[in-house]
Amino acid sequence: MALVTINGERCKGCGLCVRACPKNIIALSKTKLNSKGYQIAEILDMAACIACASCARTCPDVVIEIEK
Amino acid sequence: MTQVFARTKGLLDVDFHYCPGCTHGIVHRLVAEVLEEMGLLDKAIGVAPVGCAVFAYNYFNCDMYEAAHGRAPAVATGCKRVHPQNIVFTYQGDGDLASIGTAEIVHAAHRGEKITAIFINNAIYGMTGGQMAPTTLVGQKTTTSPYGRDKELCGSPIRIAEMLATIEGSAYIERVACNNNANIIRTKKAIQKAFQAQIDRKGFSMVEVLATCPTNWGKSPVEAMKWLEENMIPYYPLGVYKEV
Repeated sequence: MALVTINGERCKGCGLCVRACPKNIIALSKTKLNSKGYQIAEILDMAACIACASCARTCPDVVIEIEK
Repeated sequence: MTQVFARTKGLLDVDFHYCPGCTHGIVHRLVAEVLEEMGLLDKAIGVAPVGCAVFAYNYFNCDMYEAAHGRAPAVATGCKRVHPQNIVFTYQGDGDLASIGTAEIVHAAHRGEKITAIFINNAIYGMTGGQMAPTTLVGQKTTTSPYGRDKELCGSPIRIAEMLATIEGSAYIERVACNNNANIIRTKKAIQKAFQAQIDRKGFSMVEVLATCPTNWGKSPVEAMKWLEENMIPYYPLGVYKEV
């Protein structure tokens, strides 16, 4: 079981994590914006996460932390 | 639970000012992680450039300088000669290193200064508004080449890694990209090797990182990564150009 923590306030909604995820379980939120107005990334299905850290490695703003 | 990935102590706990999807953030993190893992945070001194990364001194958790445009290798030279026990690196973009600072980088390499240059090549001037750089590809549209770079008029893009590899004083030269996970991991290894070359006092080391500028390329961050793969990597081949 993996736990991905996304610091939404620091996310800029660039979508690189969405592209990097091999399980396709990350999406930019259609409802949540942060105080800067960016659509923030969110995990759709945490149970499917394999904690590969691909998203964290590609995130230019270092907003993702992962535990397993 | 065990931590698989956490923010490195090599970065200060502040927001980057970069545009969404800008790969400067990835390279900042990699440099910071390498400094932390190699135990160099107390010994490292960085030199920030002029360009988008001008505020790099606000992000790295080590001592930092700010140099005049293109002069980071000259400042790093002085710093390293006065503090030979410290690890000195420059962090420069292509407008800084490959244009106004070409003399400084070539002669720093030529003198075999024991410094490390992290060179971000995104084929455009970012901070000033997307003008053509020496590294801009033939046919690439920028604000100063609206019909695409004309080879007759402006020549061909300059390949810095190849050029510095021919210089006697350089010890480690590699070109990498940060377009996917495998290449991001390779980029980190290249930065480690470049710092190791400095620790071993072998000479000048440089890592050229192919990077994106979604804002000035007029592309989304994901489209920009594809453009880098399809256009930049064929012209700027990845690999180790020199290792002594």
